[in-house]
Amino acid sequence: MSTLEIKDLEVSVETEDGPKQILKGVTLTIKDGETHAIMGPNGSGKSTLAYSIAGHPKYTVTGGTVTLDGEDVLAMSVDERARAGLFLAMQYPVEVPGVSVANFLRTAKTAIDGEAPKLRTWVKDVNQALGDLDLDPTFSQRSVNEGFSGGEKKRHEIAQLELLDPKVAILDETDSGLDIDALKVVSEGVNRFRARDAKGVLLITHYTRILRYIEPDFVHVFVAGRVAESGGPELAEELEANGYERFLSAQAAV
Amino acid sequence: MTAVADALELDRVESHLNPPASYDLADHPVPTGREEVWRFTPIKRLRGILDGEASDACLDWETTIPEGVSLTTVSAAEAREIGELAPNERPAALAAELSGGAALLDVPADFEADEPIVIRLTGSSVDDLVWGQLVYRIGAHARVTIVLVHSGSARYSAIQSFLVGDGAQVNILSLQDWEDDAVHLGRDAIRVGRDASVKHTSISFGGDVVRMHANVEYAGPGGEAELLGLYFADAGQHLEHRLFADHTAPKTKSNVVYKGALQGEGAHTVWIGNVLIRKVAEGIETYEENRNLVLTDGCQADSVPNLEIETGEIEGAGHASATARFDDEQLFYLRSRGVSEKEAQRLVVHGFFNDLIRKVGIPSIEEQLLRTVEAELAKNVLKELA
Repeated sequence: MSTLEIKDLEVSVETEDGPKQILKGVTLTIKDGETHAIMGPNGSGKSTLAYSIAGHPKYTVTGGTVTLDGEDVLAMSVDERARAGLFLAMQYPVEVPGVSVANFLRTAKTAIDGEAPKLRTWVKDVNQALGDLDLDPTFSQRSVNEGFSGGEKKRHEIAQLELLDPKVAILDETDSGLDIDALKVVSEGVNRFRARDAKGVLLITHYTRILRYIEPDFVHVFVAGRVAESGGPELAEELEANGYERFLSAQAAV
Repeated sequence: MTAVADALELDRVESHLNPPASYDLADHPVPTGREEVWRFTPIKRLRGILDGEASDACLDWETTIPEGVSLTTVSAAEAREIGELAPNERPAALAAELSGGAALLDVPADFEADEPIVIRLTGSSVDDLVWGQLVYRIGAHARVTIVLVHSGSARYSAIQSFLVGDGAQVNILSLQDWEDDAVHLGRDAIRVGRDASVKHTSISFGGDVVRMHANVEYAGPGGEAELLGLYFADAGQHLEHRLFADHTAPKTKSNVVYKGALQGEGAHTVWIGNVLIRKVAEGIETYEENRNLVLTDGCQADSVPNLEIETGEIEGAGHASATARFDDEQLFYLRSRGVSEKEAQRLVVHGFFNDLIRKVGIPSIEEQLLRTVEAELAKNVLKELA
């Protein structure tokens, strides 16, 4: 049983002209086994939502609450959030020169589980996870994200998702920049994760393309820092046909 | 004159950054501290080395020399005849004048060894003033690794010359692992033979003041030099590394990468990267990079790359210098995977140095370096983790 509950979340960032509000009251509940797609045009605040939940220091929460199974996520540090069961697959994963993928994964797994993984099964698990994402075993000796292609970065994010096994995964534009083959491989990884017991997914995307491979239970259209409309998969179909025009003009009319 | 000799330019070139080499002490007056080449150095903390007192104190030598390689003593005059590279500053000139003779390591032509030649120099007290003079003569097409380890304590000023024969491949490592009170002024100069390839790594952890030169020049076209460095300055320590790649021949390469970390009040590091591309040095490639990681408040990292170009007919020339605290995005990424802030910092610092340590190419030393970095980190920034 796990529930990520976002209520009236308001977030601002510091700009040269002072604080600027990006999220203007976001309310969203992701329950066990549910996959929610958040779709929206550029600049609507989708990524801000993802990074605010993960606790990026650039964003200041000015109102609202985020809880995971009733626990106050906003009161936790970045690493506490991860250990509580949140995972953010980033749009732009960061290079960490000199730290091997193998070392990084083992350190993260140890931190999340509170104990070092058993060596023999762990090596097998890592090779399996990398292989499932079409990453060859020598990949684990490379420095984290350094010199990775765009596709390798995203596949590496999803390999981490499968290995670290969080309660709720937030995927921030994991599909952007992927060719169709890589998109399939990444989607299969996400679907393996979803098939596990009681996993929540918040899938943030600009395009409907990925939703052909990862079918969401709910679709939310995100415009100007809040959810403009919620529905089922049919809402994605409408966006596919008509784009964001209807929502943007409604926004302009307000 | 052969064509190759014509293609060399070893006459003095006026370079305000690099005073001409000379054995004459009159050319190297006692510095006031305002000179370009001395302005970063805390001269008062050199404990009188620059006064140039005579001393016959020695460091303790422990060596591992493979069969076929010889280590002997020669007079200062013989060292010059062999081709010792003349001093470019006062402490090196004093060392040449006062050492009473040079140690000569002779590696014959075509000699090959996988195991490194190791020279361990240990000082017993900072009261000892030691003048060192070493010449390494590496024959043509030889392939060797030379490891030099400095430990204990002393006031040590040394002039070292590496004369690398044509086509030789040499990997040199100088480790400064002194006690806290040691003062070390070192001048390493390398002459790279035609088509030879030299890697020189300078690693400074210990000592109160350590100031090292790594200079390279070329005896013919096609030579390559990779100059690597790593330093970790603690509170009150002054670690200075001065590089000079003097492209005296065409089609030569130099690649400089120095990385340092600083922690604690008064930790001071200096990196000067000078490159001179002479008129004759067409088709050369040079790149230099210095990165500093500032771990606490109260540290100072000076980093100055200088490029003097006398010909535009080159393959490439560039430099980069960056001094920064931890990268917030790197820490966020690691922490978003559950790794605590301290552990994330440890990973980043390890990665910062691993990157360089992997390039050293001496497995037995790489292990030791990783452990030393770990011990340095445990001292201060990350002590809660220990």
